[in-house]
Amino acid sequence: MRKWVWIVHSLCTGFYTTLKHIFRGPATELYPEYKRPLPARSRARIILTADPDGRERCVACYLCSAACPVDCISMQAAENQQGRRYAAWFRINFGRCIYCGLCEEACPTSAIQLTPSFEHADRDIMKMVAEKADLQVNHCGKDGNYNFYDHAGVADAFRPKGGHANEAPPVNVRTNMP
Amino acid sequence: MGLWLTGYAILMFKIGVILTGVLLLAAYLVLLERKLLGRFQARIGPNRAGIFGLLQPIADGIKLLAKEDVMPRGAHRRIFLFAPAVVTGTALLTFAVVPMGPDLHLGGRKIPMVVTDMNVGLLYVFAMASLSVYGVVLGGWASDSKYAMLGSIRGAAQMISYELALGLSIVPVVMLAGSLSLVDIVQAQAGRPFVLVQPLAFVIFFVSAMAESKRIPFDLPEAEAELGSGYHTEYSGMRFGMFFLGEYVQIQVLGALTAVFFLGGWRGPFLPGPLWLLAKIVLVVTAMIWIRATLPRFRYDQLMDLGWKFLIPAALINIVITGFVMVGI
Amino acid sequence: MDMTVYAVFFYIIAALIIVSAGMAITRKHMVHAVLYLVVSFLATALLFYLLGAPLLAVFQVIIYAGAIMVLFLFIVMMIRPAPAGERSLTAGRLAAAFGVCGIYVAAALVLAFMAAPEAGRPMAAAAASPFAFGFYLFDRHWLAVEMVSLLLLVALIGALHLGRAGRRNQSERKEPL
Repeated sequence: MRKWVWIVHSLCTGFYTTLKHIFRGPATELYPEYKRPLPARSRARIILTADPDGRERCVACYLCSAACPVDCISMQAAENQQGRRYAAWFRINFGRCIYCGLCEEACPTSAIQLTPSFEHADRDIMKMVAEKADLQVNHCGKDGNYNFYDHAGVADAFRPKGGHANEAPPVNVRTNMP
Repeated sequence: MGLWLTGYAILMFKIGVILTGVLLLAAYLVLLERKLLGRFQARIGPNRAGIFGLLQPIADGIKLLAKEDVMPRGAHRRIFLFAPAVVTGTALLTFAVVPMGPDLHLGGRKIPMVVTDMNVGLLYVFAMASLSVYGVVLGGWASDSKYAMLGSIRGAAQMISYELALGLSIVPVVMLAGSLSLVDIVQAQAGRPFVLVQPLAFVIFFVSAMAESKRIPFDLPEAEAELGSGYHTEYSGMRFGMFFLGEYVQIQVLGALTAVFFLGGWRGPFLPGPLWLLAKIVLVVTAMIWIRATLPRFRYDQLMDLGWKFLIPAALINIVITGFVMVGI
Repeated sequence: MDMTVYAVFFYIIAALIIVSAGMAITRKHMVHAVLYLVVSFLATALLFYLLGAPLLAVFQVIIYAGAIMVLFLFIVMMIRPAPAGERSLTAGRLAAAFGVCGIYVAAALVLAFMAAPEAGRPMAAAAASPFAFGFYLFDRHWLAVEMVSLLLLVALIGALHLGRAGRRNQSERKEPL
């Protein structure tokens, strides 16, 4: 008898629960009509960001390319007159990219970053290959005021020795001799 | 000869109307089910094709027709091609004996609102139900696939077991109506629908009917989690569509039979008969969808226990009690 | 010879029965044989319906085509017997089979004509309602019905006993483990 009470009771609870849902209304967001603002750190389309002073961040160190598990990043390093390295060409095959974010983690200059923009599917797979011009943006992305050359400690045409962050002015070794 | 031709034309017209109606309703029951299931799960359900997704069944149909019809290499060709038609065909044939409304009088002719009023209508319904097992069994066997085979074996065992309970649960209704004709059974419910006098028979019939139509919680033959999708795993395109359609026509058949046996058939105030029958079918189907949204699938031993150890004895006891009451009265 | 519509249907269905029964006994593949037998049963049901016995027709479908043959099919599917190759029908065996059948049919026809001379007339449409059928069966042949049901009960109990015995043996076998 108690078993039957239990059976009926649990059946009623179940049916009541599902019935409640009908009156609750759907929780669905209709996608193309309503686009939910995604968190800034969502991982989708990859960009190449710029320094706060507007120059490109990428130093063509190949670390992103090495970290990429599906080998979708390729580039050719070059060096300009001021002694800065840059990518002569930079290519990401989004047809292969799995949006894992390992390139972003590997990047020492915060150049390569993933953005929440994910709507770039295409029927033509060749259009999924992005060249450097398609990837470059003129803002800093998620890392607003980081400038790799402020911390690099390498003197170049823009930052002489001692001009970097947390760097003491150069010392003339001959003046502090005993 | 002219009289004969008129009769033939009327018969063909009735068959045409019923087939069109049944197939259309089957398509829209799919939509109803998807919409309602969506709501039960706090979703919206299909809403892209037409307003409220009303063109969704047509879109599905076009998609299924346009799909490739794949056949596994080891399949038994003829049986494989034939099996889906058995499921749909037997389900459609059942509607031949379902009365849709009171007799029409048109120009001095009496036109019964039923394709054929067989005096063994109820048994004909069970004959069709027992033949529909072949579609499941042969479809699964001819696919030459383990999953399909397991699904069809489960299907056969389940349908044979529950046919018994289904048949026995209806015996009290036949005793009360005093006839096997579905038209007479509806006539006998002029005063009160049989669900009021035979609630136990109603419950047994409804549960067995759900098991016969292989719906959740009785969907072991097509358990997606274990068997892919059971006996129609290997089917694709419109052949799969035939199985799918057959299932929904069968659901409709069971809704119509529940209405005819227990809910007074086409009887009801204000509205014309066919509309009442339609309303009752939709009501029964809605209840089935609610159950689907609520209960998980049975285990195989639970399924067999419920059928053999609970429903059949309960139906037998119900028959004996009904007999005693009728003799007493 | 006047061929009514009923007669035409009768001969078509009779031919169907004979052909499908013949196919059923000659097929090498068990499932095909079972299916031909199902077709034969369905045609028999049609014949019953044509002769004015809808109740018998429906029972033929429910019990023979719908239940027994499904069980046959079930068993054939489960145990997958190898297709029998060596059971070929030689001319001698075929002749013997036809001879036996022919004698049987001839004897049945002779007996039928002797017992009911009107059997030679063309068929007329008749109809037996389920009520009339049930009344006839339980009024005139109640003893036979009861005996058959008793037989079925015995079979049921026997099957139950055999099932129990099997389970007991199994549990005994399990115990030493």
